[in-house]
Amino acid sequence: MKMVLAIIRPSRLTAVKDSLNEGGFSGITVNAVKGRGTQKGIVERYRGSEYKIDLLDKVEIKVVVEDEELDKVIQVITDAARTNELGDGKIFVLNVEQAIRIRTNETGVSALEKK
Amino acid sequence: MNQIQDLKISLDTIWILIMALLVFFMNSGFAMLESGFCRAKNAVSMLSKNLIVFFISTLSFWFLGFAVMFSGENVFPELKSLFLAGDKSLYQPLENYEIPLQALFFFQLVFAGTAARIVSGAVAERVKFTSFLIFTFFMSCLIYPVVGHSILGHGFLYQIGVRDFAGSLMIHTVGGVASLAGVMVLGPRVGKYNKDFSPNAILGHSIPMITLGGFILWLGWFGFNMGCTFGFSPEICSHVLLCTNACGIMGGLGALFVSYLLLKKPDLSMVINGLLGGLVSSTASCAYVSLESAHVIGFIAGCLVVISILVLDKTFHIDDPVGAISVHALGGIWGAIALGLFSSPVQFDYPNIVYPKPGLFFGGSFEQLISQLIGIGCIVAWTFVISFIIWFVLRKTIGIRVSQRAEVDGLDIAEHGMEAYPGFGGSGESII
Repeated sequence: MKMVLAIIRPSRLTAVKDSLNEGGFSGITVNAVKGRGTQKGIVERYRGSEYKIDLLDKVEIKVVVEDEELDKVIQVITDAARTNELGDGKIFVLNVEQAIRIRTNETGVSALEKK
Repeated sequence: MNQIQDLKISLDTIWILIMALLVFFMNSGFAMLESGFCRAKNAVSMLSKNLIVFFISTLSFWFLGFAVMFSGENVFPELKSLFLAGDKSLYQPLENYEIPLQALFFFQLVFAGTAARIVSGAVAERVKFTSFLIFTFFMSCLIYPVVGHSILGHGFLYQIGVRDFAGSLMIHTVGGVASLAGVMVLGPRVGKYNKDFSPNAILGHSIPMITLGGFILWLGWFGFNMGCTFGFSPEICSHVLLCTNACGIMGGLGALFVSYLLLKKPDLSMVINGLLGGLVSSTASCAYVSLESAHVIGFIAGCLVVISILVLDKTFHIDDPVGAISVHALGGIWGAIALGLFSSPVQFDYPNIVYPKPGLFFGGSFEQLISQLIGIGCIVAWTFVISFIIWFVLRKTIGIRVSQRAEVDGLDIAEHGMEAYPGFGGSGESII
């Protein structure tokens, strides 16, 4: 099992969420996060003084999938999240040792959400 | 005939009371504006000061302030005129008005409250609660009433011809200058200026609250100016309404213009300061100038306010979180000068209005302008010196500034033990 950890633009969340659902990945966890990458920051102004926002709002999505589904889920996320401008985000892939469904004690792949 | 006279007095009283209530409503406008301009961690502190100021002002003005202001020739009131105890004959400058003394008192009280609360915005986010309340007490029983006595109470400035219709000088300049003295004794907020004195932006926590406050103050201002006829005159009140609005909108446009020019973007908080600066400048002369002049006066006020905010911050390192000094002190001074420049010959005949001499641009001489300048000099000097002394004595005795720790943590937790927005990810318990 792999965990796909995608950091995307907040404005793409709805599209990514819907695409994942359509692609059969209904189980996701979402966090509002702040971060910095190539996009760096933006300069804002308040009463004549400039200030830099160097941590921008991003959304972090976690999806755990079977190994065979990994390429497909990455494809779904990148397609829906891409705007082709700096700041589209990153995807990280992590190994997952075990998964347990709390309600039923099912373990492994059968604990993952299936459509 | 008597019945018609009674009816007139009733209508005049209704008018003044409604106008007084509009000015009272400005309390909430100031509360929204000032707490919006400060950080979320100081919102309870700001709201508390704005609320409690009026408690203190009411007591202080009832006890002494009103008597000082209207004691007649002598600025020292007779003992029997304290606590509004006398009848109208004790308050000689008000004798000619037909409406009841109580109505006149309340109308004056809401003005005194305004003068006192202007200070709260400038000293926000670092002043000690108790010291601020003590200053407020002296503001409403001493600093403001003595100034009020000199003009509205027919004192020495009135005698040499200084005119100030609803109080650009008497109220706004006094509030603004007392703020300046306070900020000078108090110093800037922690983190406002770097070692090289370049300013940092300390963001207000709610632009919507600032905007709501701006709208409420705008509404209240109509009462502020239209009530100063001390009775209802259809022509003058309507004219004053239009001139007040004209000054306000042109002040906002002036600020928009300067903001585009100097800051590249139209900073909404500056535009609201410009609107208020325009309204402040309308206050001295709205009954005496033409509608066209009012537009010009307001526009200049709006431009001046933005430039002044930038200069105070960047050049003089005066930390005024809400722009009170620029809006009220400078807007008020400009309003008083504008009266000397733009006042036009008498337009309407109404016994409660004593017109100034024609202004420099309207066939007059320098006479009115010089009177105004003397008035400005005296009022600024008196207010600054006395305020500075009071702030300084407070600093040396009970202290006027919270500890650095309290300032960093926020005055809400440190001084009031509560948060304005619990559950919204503040320092207290979050939603998770």
